[in-house]
Amino acid sequence: MQVSITINGTKQSHDVEPRTLLVHYIREHANLTGTNIGCDTSSCGACTLHLDGEAVKSCTILAAQADGGSVTTIEGLSKNGEMHPMQKAFMENHGLQCGYCTPGMVMAAIGLLNENPKPTEDEVRLGLEGNLCRCTGYHNIVKSVLAAAKK
Amino acid sequence: MIPAAFDYKRAGSADEAIALIGQYGDEAKFLAGGHSLIPLMKLRLAQPTVLVDIGRVKDLSYVKDAGDHIAIGALTRHMDVEKSPVLAQHVPLLAHAASHVGDAQVRHRGTIGGSIAHADPASDLPATTLALGATYVVQGPKGKREIAAKDFYKGFLESALAADEMLVEIKVPKMNGAGWSFQKFNRRAQDWAIVGVAAWRNNGTSGVALVNMGSTPVLASAVSTALSKGASVADAAAHAADDAEPQGDLNASVEYRTHLAKVLVRRALEEASK
Amino acid sequence: MSITEERTNNVIGQRMLRREDPALLTGEAKFVNDLVIPGALHLAVLRSPYAHARIVSIDVSDAASMPGVVAVYTGKDLHSTWAAPMPCAWPVTPDMKNPAHYPLAIDKACYVGDGVAAVLATSETASRDALDAIDVVYEPLPAVIDLEDALSDRVIIHDAIGTNKSYTWNLKVESAEGAVDQAFKNAAYTVSERYIQQRLIPMAMEPRAVAAVPQPFGGDVTLYSATQVPHILKVMTAITLGIPEHQMRVVAPSVGGGFGSKLDVYAEELLCVALARKHGAPVRWVEERSENTQATIHGRGQIQNIELAADKDGKLTAVRVRLIGDMGAYLQLVTPGVPLLGAFLYGGVYHLPQAYDFSCTSVFTTMTPTDAYRGAGRPEATYAIEVAMDALARTMGIDPYELRKRNYIQKEQFYDATGNHVGYTAFHGLNYDSGDHLAAAEKAMQHANYAGIRKQQKTQNVPGARKRLGIGMTSYFEMCGLAPSRVLASLNYGAGGWESATVRVLPTSKVQVVTGTSPHGQGHETSWAMIAAEKLGVAPEDVDVLHSDTAIAPLGLDTYGSRSLAVGGVAIAGACDKVIDKARLIAAHQLECAAEDLQFDKGTFSVKGSPDKAVPIAAIAFAAFTAHNLPDGVEPNLEAQYTHDPKNFSWPFGTHICVVEIDTETGKVDVLKYVAVDDCGNQINPLIVEGQVHGGVVQGMAQALYEEAVYDKDGNLKTSNLAEYLVPAACDVPPITTDFTVTPSTTNQLGVKGIGEAGTIGAASAVMNAVIDALSGLGITKLDMPASPNNVWKAIQSVQGGK
Repeated sequence: MQVSITINGTKQSHDVEPRTLLVHYIREHANLTGTNIGCDTSSCGACTLHLDGEAVKSCTILAAQADGGSVTTIEGLSKNGEMHPMQKAFMENHGLQCGYCTPGMVMAAIGLLNENPKPTEDEVRLGLEGNLCRCTGYHNIVKSVLAAAKK
Repeated sequence: MIPAAFDYKRAGSADEAIALIGQYGDEAKFLAGGHSLIPLMKLRLAQPTVLVDIGRVKDLSYVKDAGDHIAIGALTRHMDVEKSPVLAQHVPLLAHAASHVGDAQVRHRGTIGGSIAHADPASDLPATTLALGATYVVQGPKGKREIAAKDFYKGFLESALAADEMLVEIKVPKMNGAGWSFQKFNRRAQDWAIVGVAAWRNNGTSGVALVNMGSTPVLASAVSTALSKGASVADAAAHAADDAEPQGDLNASVEYRTHLAKVLVRRALEEASK
Repeated sequence: MSITEERTNNVIGQRMLRREDPALLTGEAKFVNDLVIPGALHLAVLRSPYAHARIVSIDVSDAASMPGVVAVYTGKDLHSTWAAPMPCAWPVTPDMKNPAHYPLAIDKACYVGDGVAAVLATSETASRDALDAIDVVYEPLPAVIDLEDALSDRVIIHDAIGTNKSYTWNLKVESAEGAVDQAFKNAAYTVSERYIQQRLIPMAMEPRAVAAVPQPFGGDVTLYSATQVPHILKVMTAITLGIPEHQMRVVAPSVGGGFGSKLDVYAEELLCVALARKHGAPVRWVEERSENTQATIHGRGQIQNIELAADKDGKLTAVRVRLIGDMGAYLQLVTPGVPLLGAFLYGGVYHLPQAYDFSCTSVFTTMTPTDAYRGAGRPEATYAIEVAMDALARTMGIDPYELRKRNYIQKEQFYDATGNHVGYTAFHGLNYDSGDHLAAAEKAMQHANYAGIRKQQKTQNVPGARKRLGIGMTSYFEMCGLAPSRVLASLNYGAGGWESATVRVLPTSKVQVVTGTSPHGQGHETSWAMIAAEKLGVAPEDVDVLHSDTAIAPLGLDTYGSRSLAVGGVAIAGACDKVIDKARLIAAHQLECAAEDLQFDKGTFSVKGSPDKAVPIAAIAFAAFTAHNLPDGVEPNLEAQYTHDPKNFSWPFGTHICVVEIDTETGKVDVLKYVAVDDCGNQINPLIVEGQVHGGVVQGMAQALYEEAVYDKDGNLKTSNLAEYLVPAACDVPPITTDFTVTPSTTNQLGVKGIGEAGTIGAASAVMNAVIDALSGLGITKLDMPASPNNVWKAIQSVQGGK
């Protein structure tokens, strides 16, 4: 079936099997590999991106469901060669180590601040409940998000 | 994590969806937000041959004040239930319980109707609407009918929905200022409850339902009965598991689950009584 | 010469932001599964659903005729492809039993997840669909999941070796024969404890992924793999497949965490290379998470029996340890050696006489093979001694910190009678390079408000209290920086422990550092550039770090065992020294002075006493490149390779303290505070050091509270995905208070020790000591990990009879 999605501002259309997941559409058809896959149970959040402005797990959505929608991936955050403030905050606060959960974590964190611009530390921790990281112990991720909220 | 192949049909209205599901029969399934079904399909634990996508039936996404009750469209997302000012005012227990479903990303996609129709005893909203005495409106080829929440859940992932019927609306009575509490006990915040309790109390009446305490969401009638007879919160809570048949799993033995239900019901009633 | 004297460039010790981050933060970084490989075939592996079963027959005909399927192979089909079975590099004893292990099982499947057939198809989807069409007839055999049951040989897993026991390894150190028995006989106090180190699943966020790209007419193969060990993998792939080593190239691109689970040689790596060569086409494979939980190694898995003997003051007089190690179904790369890495640490940070008796028996089971998981042997050892120390303190009725203070190796004991720092030679003969346990412990006590918590417990932990408060500590020594090659020889390890570095000053004075370490989250590019910048007096931005591709960095032994800095980083410093030595000869030639009259400071050679006569290393690099005017006998170009074989392990240490509150009604443990005071000697980049501690602590805490690979009696893994296996999220763990003491290592020129595993080594026991401390007032003195709500509640029930 033909599925059209506006990805990072550019409309794309690809012929895909109905069973194609949004994350596979983004990675294999749109060739944007920044969005990662870390599990098969919607648990880890590595595949988080924004669909119509909201953080979602792209491994749990069919590409067909997103047909006609608008997606922002980690590749779409930088503007004019400048990283998004959240990306900068992660760098400045050592909020990543291996970097595999990072695109999903950053997209979830931006989604969190969109809905709650001045969260407390506890709200940040709870707001990121759907994203797992194995490297950082979350300490510096939480610090990064709080720093981004102050900007 | 690639589902088995299937045909995809998109419905523009409830009528169209019901016609499609009638056409394809038992092997077809409705797809709402997909957050119950797609994970099972990825692990190939579910292999429907046709999916009828009802996610675009936009006129089933609403929260309306209907006088003595609030009417919620079945395709209203968890996030919209959580943030609804109408629910915050009239059914705060449901709005709060919705904020505990999964995680933010899940709440952006999953729908209240999908959760109820999936009839998972471990999900938060089936038990919560059960505690609230909700009525579910379902539509089939012959039109609409209403099913009381207490009559809806028939077994593990089984409901009173016929194969060609679709849940279209949830009617939830207004709480009229009742005290309430939602207790969700789990090891990790994102997980399903090991045991959950939705409870409300108002002038001698009450409703208490349990999450993950059996093959269906469980209405803890014995607790409400005890309260109506004047039992203390602690004494009433001792009846928490009277109506339950919990299973043991990795996180809880039957004994522990039974114990937790009593503790959490007591805490819920304490909070609801404030 | 120590780094403190040389440190004039002020780069080492800075909290420098990581150069790795922009690519990772913008999605530009390429993990193996991100690589675009035209024409690649996709491999999928059919795995046994039985823990133990004879393979009666496999019918692949339906699968082979499916659209997109190129070929389907069984273990029998590929048997002749392998020049050798899969490698185990650590035959710990001469009589160790090591059953032949092939990438696909041939006659028998020995765990759920054991590969039995492989599909090659033109798409990932087609390869997965075809798995469902393969018809395997199994004859199920009994599963063996209990270690003591396995040792009984009731059911033999590997017929060819006739027993489930792999080996017994002993380390007995006695000042005189019978010293241990005598010490226990004479002891004023003894404790005898049994602990279970549950199986853990490493769960690096990136599952494994492999791509093998052949050059059909030349015979060369490039293997891309999500691995920690490209160099080891290159050698082992060559041996296992009979490929000339110089025709194998291994590349580890961005790698999404490892924690030991990517320190291995896996079936899928060998299958991809073998099938790529067979078909003359690239072959790739990506692991699904629920596959990862079964096909990638597990960690821990030990039964520990530990006995302590102490005199009337509580001073330890002997330690006796009996371990049973769970190897799983087969020996992977270093599986049998894991318990040995802990064997030297069951005496903890304490001054123990030569009265030590350690024995480990390791056994096969019908579960996923175990291997090194963050800490590998050392968290287990630290757990046993530290939880047993608390048991001893309870037996004696004294405060656990007081007991530790009486036993710590004292700072003075690292010096000889004349005040020279000589390190502390422990009962087993290994020398602890440096340490000051009391200083680290005191600092941790202050952060944790130890005295205040003890006071608060008196009012809070009254009978019937709904919430009980507990505080627990751990003092640890970690044996890391693996490893002196001669020590490895004595342990029968199949390789050395050195690391290589090449430092090259380019004609335009930019610097290339080539390292044999292979980072997967540790920030080596940043830290290694800092070391070279410090040594050479150049800006860190002018240093590039090359790694993880055996064509670019042919020499190396990779990243594990907290070795990268203490071995690999020190190698870079050594290579810089060689570059400086060479540059000095050229500078002396240019300045017409003797080399020994030159000093090197901030990247410039100058004549001592005549600072005007100077030449920067940049100019020397260019002179070395043009080679127009070099002294006789000096080769052109400014480059040096150095291989560092450490004289000693490095011995980081520290004290961790955990404060918990337990809901006695639900059994839920809340961690209120976690303090980690670590000492890893000099720190290259404190930002990265702290990050390593945070992550390590949470992994250890997760063992204590959340994680366990659970098998049912039929050998099915019940926690086979991230919904069932509880890796905690941000809201499930507390912030971590980190602080440090700095006691430089005296056995390497940077004064550094490892830090990658320290957090994990300290955390599980600190958390469990706090949990038991909170519950001890109820009469609970033992609790197995994880301290899940159900387990804690059950323990409370058992002492209160349900009251």
